[in-house]
Amino acid sequence: MVGHNTLQQMYKEMVTARYYEERLQEEYLEGKQPAFDISAGPIPGELHLAAGHEASGAGVCAHLRDSDTVTAPHRPHHVAISKGVDLERMTAEIFGRETGLSKGKGGHMHLYDPEVNFACSGIIAQGCPPAVGAALTAKKRNTDDVAVAFLGEGAISQGAFLESLNLAAVQELPVVFVIEDNDWAISMPKERVTDVEDGSRRAWGFDMHGERVDADDAVTVYEAAEDAIGRARDGNGPSVLEVQVHRRMGHFMGDPESYRPDEDVERAQRRDCITRMETRLREHGFEEADLEGIREGAHERVDEAIEWAKDQPEPEPEATYEDVFTNSPDDWPERPSREVTATDGGEE
Amino acid sequence: MAQAETPSASEIDRELTMSRAMVEAIAHEMREDEEVFVMGEDVADYGGIFDSTQGLLEEFGHDRIMDVPISETAFMGAGVGAAMQGMRPVCELMFADFFGVCMDQLYNNMAKTTYMSGGSVSVPMTLMTAVGGTYNDAAQHSQTLYGTFAHLPGMKVVVPSNAYDAKGLMHTAIRDNDPVVYMFHKRLMGLAWMPAPEGPKTGVPEERYEIPFGEADVKREGEDATIVTLGLHVHRALEAAEGLAEDGIDAEVIDLRTLVPLDTETVLESVRKTGRLIVVDEDYHSYGVSGELIARATEGALEDLEAVDRVTAPDTPIPYSRPLENEFQPSTDDIAAAVRSITQ
Repeated sequence: MVGHNTLQQMYKEMVTARYYEERLQEEYLEGKQPAFDISAGPIPGELHLAAGHEASGAGVCAHLRDSDTVTAPHRPHHVAISKGVDLERMTAEIFGRETGLSKGKGGHMHLYDPEVNFACSGIIAQGCPPAVGAALTAKKRNTDDVAVAFLGEGAISQGAFLESLNLAAVQELPVVFVIEDNDWAISMPKERVTDVEDGSRRAWGFDMHGERVDADDAVTVYEAAEDAIGRARDGNGPSVLEVQVHRRMGHFMGDPESYRPDEDVERAQRRDCITRMETRLREHGFEEADLEGIREGAHERVDEAIEWAKDQPEPEPEATYEDVFTNSPDDWPERPSREVTATDGGEE
Repeated sequence: MAQAETPSASEIDRELTMSRAMVEAIAHEMREDEEVFVMGEDVADYGGIFDSTQGLLEEFGHDRIMDVPISETAFMGAGVGAAMQGMRPVCELMFADFFGVCMDQLYNNMAKTTYMSGGSVSVPMTLMTAVGGTYNDAAQHSQTLYGTFAHLPGMKVVVPSNAYDAKGLMHTAIRDNDPVVYMFHKRLMGLAWMPAPEGPKTGVPEERYEIPFGEADVKREGEDATIVTLGLHVHRALEAAEGLAEDGIDAEVIDLRTLVPLDTETVLESVRKTGRLIVVDEDYHSYGVSGELIARATEGALEDLEAVDRVTAPDTPIPYSRPLENEFQPSTDDIAAAVRSITQ
């Protein structure tokens, strides 16, 4: 049963994440209008926004502590916020600044915050094996930490996911795979990439617990995750949780979505997990003023993080060569010595 | 084939972007041969994230322009299997960076089957993939990996720099009986959302024509130094050469067009003339294209070589932030500076 404080915390995370994506969208589009140039503006490169996915991050991460590991995919912001990733430094990273989580080297698909054991990969399903590794570590070290891998429904046909399920099952590891089903793998609707309507049934083939949460509702997610994460923490092995979410924006910013029927876009707008969460809060006795207060606090925090990030310095070019073991350009021959002297005295 | 009669890019008024030229070649081959089909992620309804299959669905339908699940090992391997049966699949790997999730199918099956079967089985498959950076997509979506694919034996490796070559090389690739890795640079495609530099949009004949593999193109003749490059950096090298010409330095620019087979002779001829070689490569510095070209020049034209240099990406993963990626990417100025330093 979800308590008053947990409800409030989940709502706070959800409205933080939603407003965060809206503000990032504004910042991202700056310098990209009227002609959209992906390399222009304060945030260049790809940007995959998670508006409509908030219930999943909030409902699952409510059961996690800092020492539990989360791996997220290319659409990570809502999960990062619910996991407690440093919002200022994450924002600075997205703006490519020196004080960002990765000193500007990673960008929005490659966010790492070891303080709260959070990591992402921009390659589909490739966060699954490292989550299994974190769970293996917990088992070997005899802690009761767990790991959670977030992935999209498009990722459940990847070898890395299916192989991870098998390894986690046979080793009885404390890991939960959370499939965020937003109905679309870029332009591919779910029914065209798998014949299995309920992705959590993938677990059954590994004799593993699998459950789907159909309602895009943080409280229902919270209850299902309580079971799955409790199972892992108590040494009862891995599980798969599929959560219905909705993609309120394109796959990435700039996606024309010409493949997507209007009704589907409208449905995603209509089935808003935040509206649903507000209904839940009212049922639990929250007043409108309470909700307004939570929203205002969240917006203020996001605005501050974005302002702070934009004030941060850009990295120095020399930083390119740091943080990697490599053949450094410092070891390349100096220019004068690069001249090759002909063996037969070819110089006149 | 009417190779001899095909007009050159400059003789044609009809200009196409590189993506349109590629699509035209694929469509032509699909009309002529029912065994040609396209398979990849978001290639049908979306038309390819980088427009490489734009409009093909409307003409050929979902049976021949196949959207597939995000399962690269399965669909790349299926491409290999279909090719072993004699079909001619064109399989798209959305980003070359994703090679990791299907490399066993590419390297151990696609590339080696012909050899392991003693030539009794062919794999006439075209692997089409997007490469390159310059738009801040960071370490997992910006690599060229030219050297990686060219290093592994058994695959032909093609890197067009403009629409004319893109079409001719695509025709050759699909008709080739060996696996061909066709690497197109995102920045050259003519995407509405990623402006291309001047140069890749060229005149393109409507008819079918092939550009043979292993024939480099001398894009600019010069006497003082030889710049050898490929892909996006052909255009940067040409721009650098224009600037150098104003200072009286006359650089020759060679577009390799294919890495496997490699046209060593055209490079050697040029180096024998200029005595100075600069290799420009967007790929990593060590153990790659630049080292290979310099090795071949020293093997084949040592007595004529007065100086060598290379302008490449460093040996680091590709950073996200703009000032860092600018540092990482070999620029026009970097190329010009290197040419100046070895021609002084």
